[in-house]
Amino acid sequence: MIVGAIVVIFAFFSLTAEVFAQDAGQSIIGQLRADDADGNKQPVVGVTLTVDGVGDGVSDEEGKWEIPVDSAGTYTISIDPSTLPEGISLKDADRASLDVLVEANKDKRALFSLVSGDAPVEEKTSGGVSTRRVAQLTVEGLKQGLYLAMAAIGLSLIFGTTGLVNFAHAELVTWGQLCTFLFNAYGFAGFIGWLAPLPPPFGDGVNLIVAAIFGMVGGALMGYFLDRFMFRRFRKRGLSLIAQMVITIGLSIFMRYIFVYNFGGSPRSFKDYSAQTAWTIWKVDITPKDFAAMVISLAALLAVGFLLNFTRIGKAMRAVADNRDLAESSGIDVNRVISVVWLAGGALAALGGVFFGLDQIKWDFGFRILLLIFAAVTLGGLGTAYGALIGALVTGLVINLATLWIDVELKNMIAMLVMVLILMFRPQGILGQPERIG
Amino acid sequence: MNWESILTQTFSQGFGTQAVVFALAAIGLNIHFGYTGLLNFGQVGYMAAGAYGLGMTVYWLDQSFWLGIVMGIIYCLVLTLVLGIPTLRLRADYLGIATIAASESIRLFVRSRGQRTRTGASEGINDFADPFFDLNIFNKPGSQSYRFFYWEYRAGDLWVMLIGWTVVALCLLITWQLMRSPWGRVLKAIREDEDAARALGKNAYAYKLQALALGGVIGGLAGMFQVIRTQSVQPDTFNPTITFMIWAVLIIGGVARIWSPVVGAMIFWAAISGLEAFLRELIRSDWELFGDTIGVHAERFLNLTVQNVSQVKFMVFGMTLMLLMRFRPQGIFGSREEMALDDR
Amino acid sequence: MTDNSNDADFVPGITAGGGGAGAATDIEHHNPIEGVFDDVAWEVGVAKPDPILKATKVSRKFGGLTAVDVDYLEVQRGSITALIGPNGAGKTTFFNLLTGFDEPTTGSVSLNGETIDKVPSHKLASKGMVRTFQLTKALSKLTVVENMKLGAKDQPGESMFKALFSPLWKGREDAVEQQAREVLDRFNMTHMAEEFAGTLSGGQRKLVEMARAIMTDPELVMLDEPMAGVNPALTQSLLGLVKQLRSEGRTVIFVEHDMDVVRDISDWVVVMAEGKIIAEGPPESIGENQAVVDAYLGSHHDEDLEFDEDGNTTTETGEATFSVNAKTDSEVSE
Repeated sequence: MIVGAIVVIFAFFSLTAEVFAQDAGQSIIGQLRADDADGNKQPVVGVTLTVDGVGDGVSDEEGKWEIPVDSAGTYTISIDPSTLPEGISLKDADRASLDVLVEANKDKRALFSLVSGDAPVEEKTSGGVSTRRVAQLTVEGLKQGLYLAMAAIGLSLIFGTTGLVNFAHAELVTWGQLCTFLFNAYGFAGFIGWLAPLPPPFGDGVNLIVAAIFGMVGGALMGYFLDRFMFRRFRKRGLSLIAQMVITIGLSIFMRYIFVYNFGGSPRSFKDYSAQTAWTIWKVDITPKDFAAMVISLAALLAVGFLLNFTRIGKAMRAVADNRDLAESSGIDVNRVISVVWLAGGALAALGGVFFGLDQIKWDFGFRILLLIFAAVTLGGLGTAYGALIGALVTGLVINLATLWIDVELKNMIAMLVMVLILMFRPQGILGQPERIG
Repeated sequence: MNWESILTQTFSQGFGTQAVVFALAAIGLNIHFGYTGLLNFGQVGYMAAGAYGLGMTVYWLDQSFWLGIVMGIIYCLVLTLVLGIPTLRLRADYLGIATIAASESIRLFVRSRGQRTRTGASEGINDFADPFFDLNIFNKPGSQSYRFFYWEYRAGDLWVMLIGWTVVALCLLITWQLMRSPWGRVLKAIREDEDAARALGKNAYAYKLQALALGGVIGGLAGMFQVIRTQSVQPDTFNPTITFMIWAVLIIGGVARIWSPVVGAMIFWAAISGLEAFLRELIRSDWELFGDTIGVHAERFLNLTVQNVSQVKFMVFGMTLMLLMRFRPQGIFGSREEMALDDR
Repeated sequence: MTDNSNDADFVPGITAGGGGAGAATDIEHHNPIEGVFDDVAWEVGVAKPDPILKATKVSRKFGGLTAVDVDYLEVQRGSITALIGPNGAGKTTFFNLLTGFDEPTTGSVSLNGETIDKVPSHKLASKGMVRTFQLTKALSKLTVVENMKLGAKDQPGESMFKALFSPLWKGREDAVEQQAREVLDRFNMTHMAEEFAGTLSGGQRKLVEMARAIMTDPELVMLDEPMAGVNPALTQSLLGLVKQLRSEGRTVIFVEHDMDVVRDISDWVVVMAEGKIIAEGPPESIGENQAVVDAYLGSHHDEDLEFDEDGNTTTETGEATFSVNAKTDSEVSE
């Protein structure tokens, strides 16, 4: 069982290794740094860089960025000056775009020189409050909140129906992202190397929208698989919830390192829609893909709401979450309901992963937002679907708007502090009901 | 295959400075989870508190190393109050989420640029432990390495090990004495059923806070040894995966058993290092062990390279954690009857 | 049974209960408060001659639902008072409010004249109140004798720093051990002293829980469904033990479903329905109370409730109907 399941995953992934072995690849890389008040080099975080016709990347906490390119050749790379933190600018405004020659299987470093004003470090990062910034950050917050909600609902429903806190839920997000990437870039050949000679979707990539649907199916299957062959058996054997929780931790680590083993450590991006010009609506810049993703996620969340409220299986889910024993004795097939919860949770998490992946795809992406998902779920009230939605939106908004005053690096910390505060004063969450004792 | 180098790695690491750090951290976690039932997923936060208490005293406040040790302990006690007061009234799983969030918050905070003058931000604090190594009794002119059979250590590591295992022994002694005392009995009662303990007049909240503080300070000592052994305080050393490794150590040895942290840490590090050494040796020798036919295919199929060996290590770690919980939740040497992890 | 148990002024001391008493069931227990209720009216909220516990305007709301709304209740010192009522009547919630495990939305509770509703539950043990739980809370990974020792008061070794030095607590520990063995002996459990509590049967766990409560030397013992899931043989000895508590001068309040048990041992019965107290009186008064009959019939339309000539409810099995549903959700022992 568990061993068999693991062997299957492992074998499955081993096949993909060859695909990637061929194009271990080349990237355009670099590190953005600027002098601070004391004259020390400090990384510049969160700057968007774009390679024409390929994709874009964002500088990380060390100021490093990396944009993979498919083949050798000459590329134009440009830095988006509007994403530079306040007080930092390009040394030479004319050199916002560079042409670089990339050789096969070799990373090419592109250099952008940045200078900073005299402002001390603390003030440089938070840009002050302006209507434009507030509006932009609100939209960013809603965006992140909607995507988070997709991951959070599954986690919350799994907790509601089985009592399990699933630490591996983040890996379902990554899995959806990676599945979609594989379909997008290679089609089925991304999973089974020898299919490569066949036409799409078998031997070659498909459009991202189709790939995303495949990715969701992949996520749903993974969710179902984990329940059917692992957690259902654990429940049957009466394994304690804490033991199961530790198993999900092991599973999370296991899956994460399977991912990095097969996909490599560098970030990637989807083939389609990667470089888009942002629309400006009122004072807000938003790319068409993000706009579409927000609309789709809203639709998906409404669909979940409809499912829970008006369908038989949805009502059964709520009944099981409410009182498992009662639901069981009134004739509901609890195991089937839980399977559906895992299946739907996996699909939603995958879709969330795809949307997050519009910016960047990485092997540990899910793990990096795991605590945000937890924050969203606890904020809204563990076990409730609507709570997870509200909690996710609040989390998204709070952490983005917080950057008006605090360092961008600390925004995730804000989410955790808000979570601890909620736990202190309203442990049942925003929407949860206080429990009746006895 | 160079078996000697693999065995040297295995045996040396099994008793080495990493094992000291994890044994200490697991002793703390054992007090939290094993004896009191506190689901602490943020033990690495305590390690960070101890490490930064020490490092910041030297780096930021420009005080002595020895005062730093005291400050590290004080940081852990402060963290206990900050963490414990809001979370100890919560249900176990909420506590787990709150503690992992707290430990991540600490990491994000100390590595943020705003704290650069205090914590060294992402560059950390380096070369602060000279006063500790000045006392090294193993320093000798010429070669700085010692070897007995399969055990091979540098002089500095040997010194950390000597002091480290002594501290481990001391902590075990304290744990043993406390857990056989009426105080330990109350902790176990709280672990089994908090309400029952309260009904019998035990202030469960205060006991949990005491246990959190004690286990936390021991976790802080682990953090101090971690940064002393490398002479470097790095924020990203203190990531959640470390907490999960400490859990694995505790589970390997058997939860709520006095010796389990030590046994677990030794087995864990011997196994992890042995595996890594074995895989590296396998790659270096072109899969010599499996002969030409199998070796060549396996090599292509598994795509194992020097770069991704450590990833395999973590895969095996994740899988081991799962299998242990599923098949031997009482630990390798534990017995099922006295297992404390059961029906909770 | 012993001399000082007759004493109206209760003298603390478990040993008074006496070792070597053998099966507690064989003993005729003296009732020290015989006749106290003679002059007390059979009405809700009536004053008692010497109340130990008073609840005034206690209510508890969960969201929009009012689980408990008790106007006034006094409990007579030294009596065995039963709290009965149909399922969902709020008995356990009321119990939690009285024992500090839940805080009332409004109202106050006093013990020996001292307000206790804001006092944390763990401080009540030192004020002489101890409780047990509906779902037995035997501490499974501790042995029976360790369970006992937990109940003991004034153990300096329960302080973290004193615990480090054995000589500071060893003496008291030996005394506590001695006391624990005596109580176990009285409960006929000496032979299982070294067993893990988790290995015992449901009924035996109930015994352990009650014995552990006695170790705190309480003035007021609150038992939440002490007989639920206990086999008939054990029920008898449990009943004997409860009576023995009374003869030692302790006050007992218990929640129970089984009318036979209530009739057998209680001096006074309090009936709850839908969060309110609807009747009070001696056991023989309850069967003829119209409000009680309505409350039970109201919640169990499909079951018959019959009365025999004494006014007691009966069924064919001789057990009151309202015990039927209660038993399904508590653990059943061998």
